[in-house]
Amino acid sequence: MRTLKDAEEGERVKVISVSGDRTLRRRLMDMGILKGSDIQVVRVAPLGDPVEFLVRGYKLSLRKKDAEMVGIEAL
Amino acid sequence: MKKNIALIGNPNSGKTTLFNALTGGSQRVGNWPGVTVEKKEGRLRQAREVTITDLPGVYSLSPYTPEEEISRRFLAEGNADAVINVVDATNLERNLILTLQILEMGLPVTVALNMSDVVEKRGDTIDMKKLSERLGCPVVKVSALKREGMGELAATVLEQASSCPRPPKNLFRGELSKAISEISGLLDGHVEKKLLYWYSVKVMEHDPHVRKTVPSSVLERASETVRRLEEDLDDDGEAIVAAARYEFVDSVVKGIYYRSKKDGKSVSDRIDEAVTNRWLAIPIFAAVMFIVYYLSVTSVGGYMSDWVNGTVFEENVLPRTAEWLAGMGVEDWLVSLTVDGIITGVGAVLGFLPQLLVLFLLLALLEDSGYMARIAFVMDRILRRFGLSGKSFIPIIVGTGCAVPGIMASRTIEDERDRKITAMTTSFMPCSAKLPVIALISGALFGGSAWIAVSVYFIGVFSILVSGVILKKIRGALGKASPFVMELPDYHMPSVRNVLLSMADRTWHFVKKAGTIIVLASGLIWLLTSYDWGLNSVDAGSSMLASIGNALSPVFSPLGWGDWRAVVGTLSGLVAKENILSTFGILFGMEAVAEDGAEIWTYMAVIMTPLAGFSFLLFNMLCAPCFAAMGAMRRELGSWKETAFAVGYQCAFAYVVALAVYQFGLVVQGTPSLWLIPAVTLVAVAGYLFLRSPRDKEEDETLSETVS
Repeated sequence: MRTLKDAEEGERVKVISVSGDRTLRRRLMDMGILKGSDIQVVRVAPLGDPVEFLVRGYKLSLRKKDAEMVGIEAL
Repeated sequence: MKKNIALIGNPNSGKTTLFNALTGGSQRVGNWPGVTVEKKEGRLRQAREVTITDLPGVYSLSPYTPEEEISRRFLAEGNADAVINVVDATNLERNLILTLQILEMGLPVTVALNMSDVVEKRGDTIDMKKLSERLGCPVVKVSALKREGMGELAATVLEQASSCPRPPKNLFRGELSKAISEISGLLDGHVEKKLLYWYSVKVMEHDPHVRKTVPSSVLERASETVRRLEEDLDDDGEAIVAAARYEFVDSVVKGIYYRSKKDGKSVSDRIDEAVTNRWLAIPIFAAVMFIVYYLSVTSVGGYMSDWVNGTVFEENVLPRTAEWLAGMGVEDWLVSLTVDGIITGVGAVLGFLPQLLVLFLLLALLEDSGYMARIAFVMDRILRRFGLSGKSFIPIIVGTGCAVPGIMASRTIEDERDRKITAMTTSFMPCSAKLPVIALISGALFGGSAWIAVSVYFIGVFSILVSGVILKKIRGALGKASPFVMELPDYHMPSVRNVLLSMADRTWHFVKKAGTIIVLASGLIWLLTSYDWGLNSVDAGSSMLASIGNALSPVFSPLGWGDWRAVVGTLSGLVAKENILSTFGILFGMEAVAEDGAEIWTYMAVIMTPLAGFSFLLFNMLCAPCFAAMGAMRRELGSWKETAFAVGYQCAFAYVVALAVYQFGLVVQGTPSLWLIPAVTLVAVAGYLFLRSPRDKEEDETLSETVS
């Protein structure tokens, strides 16, 4: 299954699952990343990590390690 | 009548600006008990008997971070008569998620819709009347920045605070709604009536705190309901509730937010294209850091500090006060205590006040403009391997001017553990007070070589990184690590009022807290250097401090500088690092000592070899910082216990480094000593602490990435 970590710069995807420990999952959900959410990859930081995403109209940065917890499919 | 209003909202929603607008200058800043989160209270301008408590910026009321727990508890324990929820109109959906959670608590809420002018500028509109209907609470349009809508907001909130509480509106639908009603039925009578709905939702969310208040038998049966729903919908209770909230919010926003056809990049987007650009980001960041350093250390800050220390104090205040007191017939010892002890100590604080102001100003500008988040974004990858956050860069740079604002700057780091580690390691950087000591050693023992200063900076950075790794692996000692999920807020012009208020507030706070410590400590050092154990007035050379120095001399001789004067010098550095020079001056019988101590170079060469001098320098650069910095650490770490741990760690680290440098240096010089054995042992221990595998699985990342 593809995860948010595999999404490319500029790609728009849909979230199909959010895993990981409770704290992380809650945090992601509170910030708008949950099943059915529409996310766009804006850019990767100059040093390769973290990654900037467009979520529900605002910009969010996530480490690749955490982005791996979000299962996605193409939009 | 006395009322308390809670102010709550997302970070970056303009909450601080609103708080400032509502309370004018009447704020009191402190810490929430037991944590290092800032607590602010103020009086409402429009009605002075009403207190406004500014809760920490939060995205939700989950039970997982200190900020959220504080806010939750404050509201659940009935401390607020009404709530102002600041909602950022440019980020409606996410902000409303918090609003829903507050509404679930059944408290009277007024939504302060902030930044709607930005929305309008885009050509979009918000139907506030409909929003208010759907949410079931008043919505007031405000612009915190322009101070518009304040009167209406105050009036609405006050009205709410006096009205009768109503049960929360059930905003969920379908299966979830039914399940929650069922749970309410089961919990009824076992929890506070006001919060019945809230508790029911918490049970559905598997909230860990609920276990403490709800009797376990009741909880058991309620959990059955939860399990059934989870099976039906094939999802976790917490996720079900989150999804339901978003469903509601999405439907509300769709009905009230009218988007104009205009699309395209905002100003923020365009700035980010340059600032977080693969090629430009780091050069731009380096330039910004250089400007911060230049303004605070070399130009404005440094210059003004020198002026205060030199012209104001040395040339005017000190001599004149001494004259005046003596003229009034005040006893010699009292004059001395006042002038040499207390005023000198106070002078040490006020001396770097200009530098502090400049640094706080720059910090506030970086934060307020939104650039700080970009720094964290760009630098995170390197720093997190060392137990630090991307935002740790600021304290480190600021710390090259003065560790005090550097340590205070660590407050912007959200993760508790990264914040504490940063606060504990910032003082490893050579600050401007340490420069004279560097100049002294370099001039007296190394022919003025510039390499000494360069090496001290590098060793400072090295110490921070190594300590970060070591401290990070001390499991549980420093708080929980939280995931790095960070918003990159839109850029905006820093508000002059906010920046100045922040600068004044932080500086004043520092002066009060650290100032007390410094005055007391200076008084103590004065006492110890002016009298012997029989309380006879003596020269510094025969004083109590000198005998303490003598006693501690064996401790420092393995480091190469066991001479009691070097020890006394080090001790005096606790008040202010540059005091080391004046102390040496006094001990060698000099009246006054220049910025680089030129008068005492020959004396220095007598008591220390170059190698020993370098060891001495390193020890003083890395060991406990001045009392003022210790005071700042206390404030950021939250307890004396942790501050003592930090200082202890710093001294131990400094000792091992100085010992290793001296002993290995002796080997290189061909004259090894027996102390080499403990030196090697200690370095091995440090190596172990650095390289050992972490216990928590979340720290696996550090190890595997450092090694690969």
